Amino acid sequence: MELINKLLQGDKRACARIITKIENNEDEAVDILKEIYKHTGKAHVVGITGPPGGGKSTLTYRLSKDLSNQGKKVGIIAIDPTSPFSGGSILGDRIRMNELSTDPNVFIRSMGTRGHLGGLSKATHGGIKAFDAFGCDYIFVETVGVGQSEVDIVRTADTVVMVMVPGLGDDIQAIKAGIMEIADIFAVNKSDLDGAERTTAEIRMMVEMGNNENKPSILNVIANKNKGILELIEEINRHKEYLVLSGKLEEKRTERIRSEIITLIEDEIKSRIFNDKDIYKLLDNVLKNVYNKEIDPYSAKDKLFKAIV
Amino acid sequence: MIKDEKMKQIKASTKEWEETTVDKAISRFPERKEEFTTGSGLKVDRIYTPENIEELDYEEDLGYPGHFPYTRGVQPTMYRGRLWTMRMYAGFATAAESNKRYKYLVEQGSTGLSVAFDLPTQIGYDSNHPLAEGEVGKVGVAIDSLKDMELLFEGIPLDKVSTSMTINAPAAVLLAMYIAVAEKQGVSQDKLRGTIQNDILKEYIARGTYIFPTEPSMRLITNIFEYCSKSVPKWNTISISGYHIREAGSTAAQEVGFTIADGIAYVEAAIKAGLDVDSFAPRLSFFFNAHNDLLEEVSKYRAARRLWARIMKDRFGAKNPKSMMLKFHTQTGGSTLTAQQPENNVVRVAIQTLAAVLGGTQSLHTNSKDEALALPSEKSVRTALRTQQIVAHESGVTNTIDPLAGSYYVEAKTDEIEEKAMEYIKKIDEIGGAPKAIDMGYIQKEIMDAAYRYQKEMESGETIVVGMNKFQSEKEVQSDLLKVDPAVGEMQKQKIEKLKEERDNRGVSNKLNALRTACESDENVIPYIIDAVKEYATLGEICGVMREVFGEYEQAVML
Amino acid sequence: MDRPIRVLVAKPGLDGHDRGAKVIARALRDAGMEVIYTGLRQTPEQIVSAAIQEDVDVVAMSILSGAHNHLFPKVVNLLKEEGIEDILIIGGGVIPEDDIPGLKEAGIEEVFTPGTPTTVTIDFIKNNLKK
Repeated sequence: MELINKLLQGDKRACARIITKIENNEDEAVDILKEIYKHTGKAHVVGITGPPGGGKSTLTYRLSKDLSNQGKKVGIIAIDPTSPFSGGSILGDRIRMNELSTDPNVFIRSMGTRGHLGGLSKATHGGIKAFDAFGCDYIFVETVGVGQSEVDIVRTADTVVMVMVPGLGDDIQAIKAGIMEIADIFAVNKSDLDGAERTTAEIRMMVEMGNNENKPSILNVIANKNKGILELIEEINRHKEYLVLSGKLEEKRTERIRSEIITLIEDEIKSRIFNDKDIYKLLDNVLKNVYNKEIDPYSAKDKLFKAIV
Repeated sequence: MIKDEKMKQIKASTKEWEETTVDKAISRFPERKEEFTTGSGLKVDRIYTPENIEELDYEEDLGYPGHFPYTRGVQPTMYRGRLWTMRMYAGFATAAESNKRYKYLVEQGSTGLSVAFDLPTQIGYDSNHPLAEGEVGKVGVAIDSLKDMELLFEGIPLDKVSTSMTINAPAAVLLAMYIAVAEKQGVSQDKLRGTIQNDILKEYIARGTYIFPTEPSMRLITNIFEYCSKSVPKWNTISISGYHIREAGSTAAQEVGFTIADGIAYVEAAIKAGLDVDSFAPRLSFFFNAHNDLLEEVSKYRAARRLWARIMKDRFGAKNPKSMMLKFHTQTGGSTLTAQQPENNVVRVAIQTLAAVLGGTQSLHTNSKDEALALPSEKSVRTALRTQQIVAHESGVTNTIDPLAGSYYVEAKTDEIEEKAMEYIKKIDEIGGAPKAIDMGYIQKEIMDAAYRYQKEMESGETIVVGMNKFQSEKEVQSDLLKVDPAVGEMQKQKIEKLKEERDNRGVSNKLNALRTACESDENVIPYIIDAVKEYATLGEICGVMREVFGEYEQAVML
Repeated sequence: MDRPIRVLVAKPGLDGHDRGAKVIARALRDAGMEVIYTGLRQTPEQIVSAAIQEDVDVVAMSILSGAHNHLFPKVVNLLKEEGIEDILIIGGGVIPEDDIPGLKEAGIEEVFTPGTPTTVTIDFIKNNLKK
């Protein structure tokens, strides 16, 4: 397909159009993804996550700018929540990255979660594949950043950077449970603010208590003053190297493929069932029975399931 | 103030009136709305009685004009002594053209100059900067170097006029140029009168012409406070502005609350920099909006005066009464003007003028009817100025001081706005002060919520804007609008090139290097900026040096 | 699921008055659209790059500084140079009636002046998409 060829040659419009097709779940999207799959696997996928207001966008901007200066090609997927009421969203992550808009080495794509829970959008994985085939060396995935719903990122990124800021206080305790397992690198942003040392110390304590074999590293950065960015890039590269040498990369990615296939099957089952009008009819028929207590929902499920299988 | 017994009686009779007379009337003719509110959404009751001001202590809460807490005005005789300064904000395209407009305004009886700069100037770019493209001379005059400033004030004796400059991020540079022009006229710094807006916090919040991050910006501001307190003592060093906060869609109470919170931040910064509060506070001034809800606006100004006086006295321990006086400039509300039936705007501006005058403003700019369409034409500017003159000389409201004092309604609303504003200030204190609340986007979000609420009310017809969502008529094309010559950008560019050929470029780079060193140290940078300006370093060069040292601000957007 | 309309809301030039842009961004969101908000001080080049990368259906720009005659057409022309003609381009702000025909000729499909209800803009977008 012409569009795919263009993508592989690094055409931005083609890349943008393909991501749109993936996001909108258009019929062609799967064919495209099938076709480009063999061209993926080269990019290093970095998740940027952490509580709101931590400066994730600014950090992503700085990292991308420096990588671009090093001649690397960077893709950014920035995710913001979609309103469950209107289905609309305001995607504002570009505000921090405007300077990169015209950088030929950088491609930024904003996505709404469109009803997907877990901190990412459903199209994130497809978007990553498109960027990968497009020739990106690094792909940054900036999550929504709302507390603990950030589990998706582990199954998506090779390296997860958790962006923290001083002054979160008790919040660290609150999010501790969720974050300890997922972070490969802690970046304490705005480390020139009061309380930065305390925040770093608290994270260090948590890291020490954890039982990961590869303990996450902790770095101080000041994204808006461009401090500590090169060090963070080095740390990301070090983690990448560790993954490759230890065989963890293959392990991680294999696990990712497993969960991806499972998700695909689930999606397929769901869509087959709920696109089947007969099944809907059956469902409608039992509702009244369940309401009238003639049958319980569990038995209704068994009955429907038998019909489906 | 009213004896207990009497008050009881009043309460009882009010209740009786509600339950008999009013209920009967309503059962036959229901009121127009379930609930009445002010333009900013404060609840408005059917009537106000002595009961509403039961707690009011005349001496404590109102006092006398010129007396603490200045609720009734900052001067003892107010407009009986001298009318407010009728100051029309103007500035067009080139310095020479603006100079002509200023001379015209002075002839027409304008008693103070007010300079509008174009956006590149306000953001510290020379006219030949790529981002300046299409913007040069559009919303005001383009100033690239001292050369332009010399032209701007050519033939205007700077010891005779007071000049207000709407300039913020690069305020120090424009002030330096003004000082340099005065010097060339033989006028010493201590004779200069005027105001620079110099209020960076509201730029972050609402107006958008920021350059540097918060910290160095606050330092520049305190540098100006310090320099002026010694060398330019009659200069108003800042105009802490609620105007743009209101234009961005805030309520009246938010306008007061957020502006005073900004004011607190400046005072704290200056005190932290080692200045004595009474050394700079008398030169602080304010700038508010005037909207259409006449009585709410009057209450707003009175509340702001009282609040500031108490804060300066109690919180900062000011001793000099001048430090406690909230002096303010007013501009009628640009966002209240409609593009539809623009002649209606003349009436709106008249109401807003009354609000500002009944609220005790020190100076006033009245908008012209065509400003929802373009920059104003000379004719519409004249009508706007005449509006002020009619209020001053024909309406009679200037004959006595604070004539609405004692109105049950106005006093109740003054209290309410003060209280609501104080709630915002407390909240901002809890966050850690205005700069932090701005960085977090708190203030912007509050304003945006109010703006969106208003938009929805207008679209639903709940709020009526005459000519816009009710009483519409066919569109007519305005044809006598002011047009800015697009060649201005090219002209300015050529002037810069010529300047760079003619000036002593080595001298310029020496002065810029000295400025850079000063910026990197803790020294006061103003003398270095004055030196660079006199050497004809351009605005863009000077701000460029500061950009390199200080970095640039990143906007916090909360949608 | 219907695909949401994607709109780039941008403030070209140096004008800092973003009340209108923000209000419209919220209104479009509430109408179910995905709004990519880019903030202040955008160059035409940045707007065009963002429009391409985000593959938007609409570019909506707001200017109150009077620079519209210069900046609006520039965005249209840059998009044309990129061979993009399927994006709906609209503008708003303090724009004199006299300037509107020229802007429309230059490729701005509609110009919304102060006082336009957001519903008018929303309907216009829905009825004039090019994709």
